[in-house]
Formats: sequence, structure tokens, C-alpha cells
Amino acid sequence: MGFPILTLMIALPLVAALACLFASASGARWIALAATLIDLALGLLLWLNYDVGGAQWQFVEHVPLFGRFAWALGIDGIALLLIVLSVFLMPICIAASWEAIEKRVPEYMAAFLLMETLMIGVFAAQDLYLFYIFFEAGLIPMYLIIGIWGGANRIYASYKFFLYTLLGSVLMLIAMLWMANEAGTTDIPTLMAYDFPPDAQTWLFLAFFASFAVKMPMWPVHTWLPDAHVQAPTAGSVILAGVLLKMGGYGFVRFSLPMFPIASADLMWLVMGLSMVAVVVTSLIALVQDDMKKLIAYSSVAHMAFVTIGLFAFNRQGLEGALMVMLGHGLVSGALFLCVGVIYDRLHTREISRYGGLSNNMPRYAMLFLLFTMASVGLPGTSNFIGEFLALVGAYEISSWVGFVATTGVILGAAYMLYLYARVAYGTSRNADAAAMPDLSPRELAILVPLGLAVLWMGVYPESFLAPMRQDVGHVLARLAPAAPESDARIAVGEPETVAAHAEAHH
Amino acid sequence: MPLTASLALTLPELILSIGGMALLMVAAFGGDGLSRAIGWGAVVLFAAAGFALIGPAGSGGPGFDGLYIADSFGAFAKLLIYVAAAVCVMLAPGFFARAGGYRAEYPILILFSSVGMGMMVSASDLLTLYVGLELQSLSAYVLASFQRRDARSAEAGLKYFVLGALASGILLYGISLLYGFTGTTLFAGISDSLSKGIGIGQMFGMVFVLAGLAFKISAVPFHMWTPDVYEGAPTPVTAFFASAPKVAGMALLMRVAIDAMGAGTDAWRQIVVFSALASTILGGVAAIGQSNIKRLLAYSSINNVGFALFGLAAGSAEGVAATLTYMAVYVAMTLGSFLCVLQMRDADGAPVEAIASLSGLSRTRPGLAAAFAIFMFSLAGIPPLFGFWPKFLVFDALVVAGYWPLAMIGIATSVIGAFYYLKIVKTIYFDEPASDYGPRTSALEGGLIALAALAVSPIGYLAIPLLDQTSMAAARSLF
Repeated sequence: MGFPILTLMIALPLVAALACLFASASGARWIALAATLIDLALGLLLWLNYDVGGAQWQFVEHVPLFGRFAWALGIDGIALLLIVLSVFLMPICIAASWEAIEKRVPEYMAAFLLMETLMIGVFAAQDLYLFYIFFEAGLIPMYLIIGIWGGANRIYASYKFFLYTLLGSVLMLIAMLWMANEAGTTDIPTLMAYDFPPDAQTWLFLAFFASFAVKMPMWPVHTWLPDAHVQAPTAGSVILAGVLLKMGGYGFVRFSLPMFPIASADLMWLVMGLSMVAVVVTSLIALVQDDMKKLIAYSSVAHMAFVTIGLFAFNRQGLEGALMVMLGHGLVSGALFLCVGVIYDRLHTREISRYGGLSNNMPRYAMLFLLFTMASVGLPGTSNFIGEFLALVGAYEISSWVGFVATTGVILGAAYMLYLYARVAYGTSRNADAAAMPDLSPRELAILVPLGLAVLWMGVYPESFLAPMRQDVGHVLARLAPAAPESDARIAVGEPETVAAHAEAHH
Repeated sequence: MPLTASLALTLPELILSIGGMALLMVAAFGGDGLSRAIGWGAVVLFAAAGFALIGPAGSGGPGFDGLYIADSFGAFAKLLIYVAAAVCVMLAPGFFARAGGYRAEYPILILFSSVGMGMMVSASDLLTLYVGLELQSLSAYVLASFQRRDARSAEAGLKYFVLGALASGILLYGISLLYGFTGTTLFAGISDSLSKGIGIGQMFGMVFVLAGLAFKISAVPFHMWTPDVYEGAPTPVTAFFASAPKVAGMALLMRVAIDAMGAGTDAWRQIVVFSALASTILGGVAAIGQSNIKRLLAYSSINNVGFALFGLAAGSAEGVAATLTYMAVYVAMTLGSFLCVLQMRDADGAPVEAIASLSGLSRTRPGLAAAFAIFMFSLAGIPPLFGFWPKFLVFDALVVAGYWPLAMIGIATSVIGAFYYLKIVKTIYFDEPASDYGPRTSALEGGLIALAALAVSPIGYLAIPLLDQTSMAAARSLF
């Protein structure tokens, strides 16, 4: 066991959170920023030292704690990228809250740092119960973030968020208890290779599905998300959309698919059906929103449906595409929420009709907003294109109907995003106060530009992100292979073109 | 076994009862001025009784010709009872100093009640059980109406007495049926008789005994007295009711169910399962509408008793150990919550019980607010707080015993409960500050709150090896 870098990454924000509680407002801001930046540096160090194509589990730590629990950490390529995404978004969140949050700053920063600890813990945990504790504990800081610093209807939203997700996860806990009892271990890598009896798999799958589908969120249990997003403060929305939703997808790829391959194949129709409905329905809902945050929230649900479609396509393109959508959406939706936050801080409204013609008085803002809008639409050259394209190719391979319906989501996505952008940035200013808003401050530029660069990097050279996960996707596929359902495409072997071959022979 | 050896097994009870009588004499001749000193004397007695458990009183086996048993199960429960009772003695003077009416009888009644509880958890005969239970209950009835000039307190005492007497009657009827149909009151004898087959008479006896005991732990459907008594009784007394007697009742219930009725596990399991489910659901749903914090905590105790019963429903050593762990953590959470409630008083020092008065506590008293939130999240069973651990164990025991559908339903009901605990956190953290509370007066209470909050915080997980070992040893002594 080498240097316990994962433990350090988990412990550092926790210590900083405690320090924040005893600091003044500005002290807490600086402590939080420093801690998240150090964690980002550690995350990059982690990425640089990750041996692509090496052992499946790296940076492994294992300290038996007390019988049932083990402090078991370790990451594969998938977890690595999600951890990097989390630590990348955190300093941005802190910076975004620098001026927007004025009351109870120390507690706010402490809640965010605690959140970071728990997010890294979720992705790094290799012990079933340790995972559960990290997964579930995240409810407490998020509940407080939404409830204390949220908008007008924050209390309803915080309850809904908490109780929805809690109900999903407690069922998962019972399934975990059963699995640990059946397999005699709580070690996640061992469980990923354990063959559970096929009839039990269905129940286990459904119990985990209850948790991950809510977290994801999948239609029809997505209704907590628009409420939570709209009411949460900007940085809260960024973390929610950027990382917390990814825990659902991570759960599918870490637990549901490799541990219950037979049930995954049997219930593919369920996941695909819900995802197809989600893509179309939530896109249409997004089209008619007049609250910017709500629109982006619904677009998140639609994008997450691409993730589930890709994951349950049972092929490499689908899985890699789904994971790329998760990463890309983490960046893009976070950036979009930040863009909303920028103008919300100026005008204190999220109503689309209050804005208009922002490209005149805020050209830099309009430029960056356009980049993220295009990325959300899935324009080639941006991060989401890679993921969505791969996921759709994967979906088409397994079922042409799923591929067909899901692709309409791309068109609808373009419709609602471009419509949003046109109403906010183009045309003439409808209100004098909106027309008088100053362009991005250096702080805001420092927040949005790194995100923009990351989006372009993912779009232009996705190999940096695909390489670490390639081998791990292979492991999942190997577990799925025996159960993988047949494709509905029937390849008809045509007659060889004798004429052409003949003609070629003459040349 | 010679009488001296038997008496040695009951050393903690002897310390408490002789010490209690001595303190009563001191109080009678020394006047009320000595009340505080007598309180500390009681705490010393509890400590001495706790240490006495190290000797034969903790592991000496049966005594008094099988009427009484000193085993690690009893020792575990007694230790919990003594700690809870001692805390309840310590937190009383502060409350009564403001509310008035503190008298030396308070610690002494708690001492006698604890003697009764000690007998309950060590009973291996239905009559020892009954005597212990009555000793505990009679002291409790008086405690409930301790503020005799307060109408609510008097009402609580009367209600508790009438319904408690009814429950005792039910219990006695069950005992007489069991005696009539099995020919013995010894647990071992009843167990032998039941293993030869369970007739309708034995069945009725079991049901009545369990019903009587369910009243004592306020499990649904015998919970009706709880909210009224908890609301009316002085807060330190409510804290006592919610902690020590619950542990004693639960331990007694487990001993009767496993030791005496072990052969009839399949018969009583359905009763326990029903009661557990009904308690968690009703305790959760009925609490939602409460506006008085003591009533809310009463429903919370009903809810928690339901979860603890799930462990017994598993019917295995793991299940019993899980229930014991549950009670241990429950005591810490409950006492902590009541300590916080004791801090709720207006500028004049008069106690406030409305939940609405907690509004914005996080601004005015951040430390207290954080402690309160920790207890609430912990009672809701949200990890990483320690309240998660006993729920985890209880449901693990159910799943291992093969009752996973029950575990699914049970854990789903915990979400209902989570709602009203969240409501408290919401009031404390999200709402705008209401009127200020008076300043903190007692360093002792603050220290106790901090201690309880640390115990149920993630730091509490460090106690898991110890809890696992002792609760498992205790559970094994039943099987």
C-alpha cells in the first residue's frame, strides 16, 4: 500500500469543513477555496499517476475497521474520472458562491466541503457499507444547502429531495444486507464477480434500481429534481447536476450491471422504456418552461436518459458513450447553471422573458453561454457530442427503435436550448435593467473559462477520457456478455457483386 | 445454593435499595436543603451498582432456586438502566430550580424504580418479573405526578396509574393462564412445557403476557398513554420514562420471549411483527401533526420501540444483540434530545415546549442547534450518524433470518419517521429566529449534551467493537 492519497483527498475537505465552522465569513471563503484547490491538485496528481491499462483497481487502501466495515478505498478508471470531475467542479462552486452567499457563510462552506468529502467517498469506496454510508450521508449537507440558502419555495424542495432519495436508498440497503449475507463479503470488487442466483437478481436489481433511478433521476421519479434545482443556490445546482446525478449512473455501472447481469438483461425493456419516455417527454416539458433553471433541470433529465440508454445497450459504444455523457453533462449542466447564476446575481430573477439581447451588453457572457448551449445540444467538437453519439450508436446496435426514439431527443434538445439562447441573448433588450447589466467580472470569467476549455478538450480529444475507462468498460462487458440480449437488427447477407469483382480483376 | 451466594448475585439491587432507604432517612431528617446532595448520593449509588456488575452479579448464573438470574444479558441491560437513571437524576435539579418543587424524593424514587428494573431484567420467574415490574411502575406513577400543584402533571400521574394498573391486570391474567396450563411460573419450566406443544390456553397466556409487557414499552396498540404522560410529566421525569424503563421493558420482553416462550417463537413472532410494524407506522404518522416537542418525542419513542422489536422478531441471537445495541444507542439519542428540550426555556426560565419556539435556533444558539440536529438525524437513522448503526443491525438480523420482505417494509416505514425529524431540523435551521431562549445556566447540562452528541456522532462508531462484543455475549446468554 502506497501513499494513502484517496484518504487524504477525503479527509482534507472534512478537516477544512470543521475549520470553516470556527472561522469568520471571509476566512471560511478562503479556507474553502484553498482546500478545494488542494484537492483539485491532488485529483490531478491522481490522474497523472493512474496507470492506464494497469491493474483494475489502483490506489487501493484496506484497513479493517470493526468487523463489518472496512475502510476499503480504490479506484478504477471510471471512478477516477468522476472523482476528477468532482474536485474540478468544487473550487468553481466555491468561487461562484463568493459574493452570492452573504448569510451564514461559514456553515455554507462547511456544508460544501462536507459534500466534497462524501462525493469522493462514494466514488472511491470499495466496501459495500462504506459506499452506502457515503451515498446516504450526502443527503444531510444537500438538505441544509437547499433549505437554508435556497429560493422562496426551498422548504418544500428540500423535503422532497430528502424523502425521495431516502426512500430509494433504504431499499438498496436491504438488498446490500442480503448480498453481503449471501456472498459472505462486502468487498465490491469480489461482489462484482459473484454470480447471484438468477431469481434473486431480479429483486436485487429492483432494489438498487429504486435508489439509482431516483438519484439519476429517471422518469417518472424525476420530479424532485426540477424543484431542488430551482430552489437550490447556484453552486448547489452545479453540484447536484454535476456530480450527485452521476452517482446514479455510477451505481448502475458499478453495481447493477456487473453484479446482476441476468436481471439487467431481463429488465432492459423497463430501463429502455422509461428512458425513451424521458427523452421525449422531458424535452417537450423543457420546451415550455419560462424559468431558466427549470428548463436546464428538465434537460438534465433528458440527458440522463441518454446515460441509461447507453448503459443498458450492453455494448462498448453504449457504455463508453454513457460514461462520456455523464462527464460531459457534469461539465455542461454545471456551466449552464453558473451562466444562469451570473445573470441571476445581477437581476435576481430566472424568468426568461425578463432578459433579452444580452449579446449587446454582455458579449463575453453571450459567447461563453453560446459555447455551453452548443455543447448541451451536442455540437461536434464539444464534450456532449462524443458521449451522445456513442450512446446512440450503442443503442441502435441493440434496438433500432430505441435508437430512433432517443435520437429525437437530440433534435428536441437543440430546439429547447437554441430557443432559450435566442430569447436570452438575441433580439433587443426588453428591459432597461437587463440592458444595463455589466459583462462578466474577472471572477466570473475565471469560473467559466476553465469549464469552457474542458468542454472543448473533451470534444476535440476525447481519448484522454476514454483511455482510462476503456479497460474497465471491458470488465463490465465481460460480465454482461453471457447475458447480453440479442440485437433486433438482422444482418442479411447479400449476394456477392460478381460484376464488380470481375471488373476489378480486369484492372 | 446458599442464601449468601444468592444475595451476592443481587448486589446491585442491594446497594440501590439499602442506599435508597438510607438516603430516604437522611432526607426525612435533613430536610429539603439536602436534596441536591441526596441527588449526588444517588448518582454515587448508581456508579457503585454499576461496578458491582463486574462481580458475580454480572455473571453468577441462577440464584434463589431459579427465581433470579445474573447473566451478561441482565448486566448489559442494568448498566444501561443505571447510566440512564443517573443522567436523569443529574439533570433534574436544574429543571426544578426554575419550575420549583424539587424534593429529595425524586432521586430516591428513581433509585427504587431502578431496583425494580434490575429485578425485571434479571427475572427468571414470572413472579419475580411481576414484583420487579410493579416496583418500577409504582415509583414511576409517583414520579409522573411529581409536580403535584401542576394539573397536567397530576393528570399524567393518574392516567399512567389507571392504564398501568390495567396493563398489570392483563399481565397477571396472562401469568395465571400460563401457570394454570403449564403448572409452573419458572421460565425454564414454561419453556419445557411449551416445547411439548402449545394449546389454546398457553397461547392465550402468551398473548396476555406479551400484551402486558407491550404496554410497558409503549408498543402499538398499547401506546395510548404515552403522549399524554410524556407531555404532562415534568421533563426530567419524561426523559427517565423514555429511557431506562424502556430498556428494562424491552430486555424483560426479550427474556420472556426467548427464555420462557422460546419454543413458541413462531407463535409470538406474528404478534411482535404486527406490533413492530404498527409502532413504526403509527409512531411516524401520528408524530407529524404534533406541535409540542415532548409529545413528538413520545411518538418518536413509540417509533423507535417498533424498530427495536424488529430485532426480536428475527428470533435469533443476532436479533437480540441488535435490539440490545438499539436500546443502548436509543438511550443516548433520547437523553440527548431531552437534555436539549430542557434548554428550551424563556427569558424568565419557564420551560417552553412548543416546537415553533425552536425557530431559528441555529442563529441564536448554534451549539445547541447543532446538537439537536445531530440527535434528530440520528433518530431518523441517517448515516453517518450513529443512529444508523442499530437500525442497520436490526435489519441485518431480519435479512439473515430470512425475513427480507419484512425488512423491506420495515425500513420503508423509517422514511415516514424521517419526515418529522426533518421538520425539527427545518424549524431549527431554515426558519427565521423566534423569541430568544434564556441563557444557558448549567455547565453540567451543557457538558452532558456535548457528551451525548459526541456519542451519536460518527465518533460513536468507535464503540462498535465493544458494543458488538458485549451485546452478542449478552444475547448468547439467552440462547
